[in-house]
Amino acid sequence: MAKHHIEAIVNGDPVEFLCDTEETLLDVLRDTLNLTGSKEGCASGDCGACSVTLDGRLVCSCLVLGCEVGGRRIETIEGMAEGERLHPLQQRFLEHAALQCGICTPGFLVASKALLERTPEPTEHEIRYWLAGNLCRCTGYDKIVSAVKDAAATMRKG
Amino acid sequence: MAENGTNGTNGRGYVGTRTIRPDGVDKVTGRARFGADFNLPGQLIGRVLRSPHPHARIVSIDTSRAEALPGVKAVITRDDFADQPSEFIPAGEMMMNYKDVVRNVLAREKALYEGHAVAAVAATSAAIARRALKLIDVKYEVLPHVIDVVEAMKPDAPLLHDDLFTVGVEPKPDKPSNVAKRVEITLGDIEAGFKKADIVVEREFKTAPVHQGYIEPHAALASVSEDGSTELWCCTQGHFIVRAHCARLLGLDIGKIRVTASEIGGGFGGKTVVYLEPLAIALSRKTKRPVKMVMSREEVFKASGPTSGATVRVKMGATKDGKFVAGFAELKYQAGAFQGSPVQPGVMCAYAPYDIENVKVIGYDVVSNRPKVAAYRAPGAPISEFAVESVVDEIAKKLKLDPIELRMMNAAREGTKAAYGPKFGPIGLEETLNSIKKTEHWNTPLRKWQGRGVASGFWFNIGGETCASLTINEDGSVSLMVGTPDIGGLRASLTNVAADELGIPYEKVRPIIGDTGSLGFTFLTGGSRSAFSGSMAIVEAAKQIKAELCARAAKLWELKPDQVEFANGSVRALGAAAEKFKPMSIADFAKIAGKTGGPIGGYGRINAQGAGPSLGTHLVDLEVDPETGRVTILRYTVAQDAGRALHPAYVEGQFQGGAVQGIGWALNEEYIYGEDGKLQNAGFLDYRMPVASDVPMIDAILVEVANPKHPYGVRGVGETPIVPPLGAIANAMEQATGIRFTELPMSPPKVLKALKEKGANGKT
Repeated sequence: MAKHHIEAIVNGDPVEFLCDTEETLLDVLRDTLNLTGSKEGCASGDCGACSVTLDGRLVCSCLVLGCEVGGRRIETIEGMAEGERLHPLQQRFLEHAALQCGICTPGFLVASKALLERTPEPTEHEIRYWLAGNLCRCTGYDKIVSAVKDAAATMRKG
Repeated sequence: MAENGTNGTNGRGYVGTRTIRPDGVDKVTGRARFGADFNLPGQLIGRVLRSPHPHARIVSIDTSRAEALPGVKAVITRDDFADQPSEFIPAGEMMMNYKDVVRNVLAREKALYEGHAVAAVAATSAAIARRALKLIDVKYEVLPHVIDVVEAMKPDAPLLHDDLFTVGVEPKPDKPSNVAKRVEITLGDIEAGFKKADIVVEREFKTAPVHQGYIEPHAALASVSEDGSTELWCCTQGHFIVRAHCARLLGLDIGKIRVTASEIGGGFGGKTVVYLEPLAIALSRKTKRPVKMVMSREEVFKASGPTSGATVRVKMGATKDGKFVAGFAELKYQAGAFQGSPVQPGVMCAYAPYDIENVKVIGYDVVSNRPKVAAYRAPGAPISEFAVESVVDEIAKKLKLDPIELRMMNAAREGTKAAYGPKFGPIGLEETLNSIKKTEHWNTPLRKWQGRGVASGFWFNIGGETCASLTINEDGSVSLMVGTPDIGGLRASLTNVAADELGIPYEKVRPIIGDTGSLGFTFLTGGSRSAFSGSMAIVEAAKQIKAELCARAAKLWELKPDQVEFANGSVRALGAAAEKFKPMSIADFAKIAGKTGGPIGGYGRINAQGAGPSLGTHLVDLEVDPETGRVTILRYTVAQDAGRALHPAYVEGQFQGGAVQGIGWALNEEYIYGEDGKLQNAGFLDYRMPVASDVPMIDAILVEVANPKHPYGVRGVGETPIVPPLGAIANAMEQATGIRFTELPMSPPKVLKALKEKGANGKT
């Protein structure tokens, strides 16, 4: 079958690509667009390492087909820092040592950013439940939760 | 030459501070390249055909139809690997045998577990590779299988290897069995010990096999050229080990293989062995094109090492005052399809936290139709120590003693003779017990259905072969290179040390993980050795640099070597000459390096000795829901002896992460097999690891009892944290429910059943 021709916006830039029907958005990001910051941990939507936003909504890119994203806006980890300035979440993750191996980190950052856009002052409980779709095997989540809380405080101050 | 800064007291003082990790920006921006992030032009995609049967003779493999499929470039089977003789060699904390390794990477006579690799293909696309797998015709003769360890030990159990005769029993058995070996340690006289006991508690425990659960699946990219030069990129805890294994399995010269470790997305012991790496090289060798292979999550669960499940019997005797007088244990550990479970360290660790005169521990290494186990964080120790810590708790209850006081009374300390051999140097178990006792946590009241548990844990830690280089760049900045992959903040810890040793700003040191061509043989990241050994090698490398700079200064200033010293990043003249010569910084030397003898660097090459054991104590509060059997962890505190924390935040991270892995092991994680011998939960949905909403904050208390054998006092910290949680949680469960749970995981169905049997949940 012929490939689909798709045009979309990724991290603010227009992109176009060809993909097979069975290819996921994650496949397209990683293999076609060379945006390897989104990771594949399970390919079944259970680990959150491939988290991106699709028109502002947090999704597992392994559960979205490439041919579904025509005309839509995708944000990935690669679009999070602005020029030389890290996003406050990125900065706080570093300061709190909220990553050990770092494989889950892009997913956690994308998911946390989506949380703070909706809930600027989340409780620990809200952070933990929002991030329950992201697996981290290294940190025990403690420092991740602290980093998100701290970043939220920074962002509220503007 | 006099020198300062080697003991961490006279440097600029980065050691012990929470510096920002040098590789951090790459990891929060998606730049860092992990195993599956590498690609090469013209690369093929490799995939593995796996056995659908838990136990089957492989009668024949016909690859002709697969090879005929357009786009398929190579198919490999057992015929592409030469057989290996049986020979045991030490592999860190475990033992390995290439006869088994070659059979695990690709099955030979038999497929020994569901998911066992049988063949592999390389094709121009993943879709073609997938189609090709279906065209490989494997004729199996299905054999009866055995999954459970106790079943596998029975005389009439299906036999995995007809040449496996139990080692360590007299007389030598004349029939093969699934019991690979029996090991035993003894101290004192166990029978005499039990005679002295006023109370004896005996219990049998069962633990389920659990997977390391790293989020990054195994991945490898190999490129073999026409002259046999081989390059390999892979996610591994030890690229020098990968090189050695691949060279051996493929009959290649070590010098022809260059392995680069990618960033590693978790390992916990599971990435200390090879799976895809030799296959990718073999496929690339056949095609002369790069071959990339990545496991799916299902493959990770089915075909990479979990740790052993086990059956453990513990019998302990104590006087009425609470002094332990006898400790006996019998451990039966699953090895998976090939021998080599971590039963030996399990045996050695069982009673290591305690000073007991009479100890006897017996262990059995048992094969069954499961994936071959791999190391998992303190391999073997959580299982045996869980059983002992549960019995210790029961003794405390029976004697109406405070469980911390009871442990304190029996704690191993400096000078204690461990049952496994050595006399301990300074160790910090008592300090961790004391710090737990002092917490507000310990003194907070509980409500109904809540319980509090405490348990201690021990792990040896190791050193081993380690290289580190420090190179002074033209501007005085420093390149730091080590050969142990950074799995959780190693670069930050080692940069703290290098900056202190050389007396330069942290930001002036740029650490990298060198490939196998850049440094001498360096053992893997494991055994909690990378920060311990790496920092020792850096001290050595820095010593060479300081000596070199002093020598150059003495020459420039026409002074004797003892008239100059290195301190705080500069060489200065001593005595009367001090006023005559302005001190020279490392940057000053860098500028004139060409005129004073050439490039400046140091190269530490050591076999690190003196790894000090790390002991810890965990405290947990939990609540049991009597309606559902679900257990909620309410509060958790870890206290552990780090010797000296090079980077406190990453040490705390080890404590917290280990504790949460232990929580998963205790409460939910398990390999579930059907009657058909097939794994039923090979995915993250059904293999339930803790998520953020399952756990509370994990309070971490750093105890620092310096290890006298390390220049900074460091002990390995990474493994001990997974040891105490199993016992601590079981002990808390007993307090919450009045039931002694002896079987892991304490998952909701099991807890509910136990509550019903006791009639406990009717009383809410």
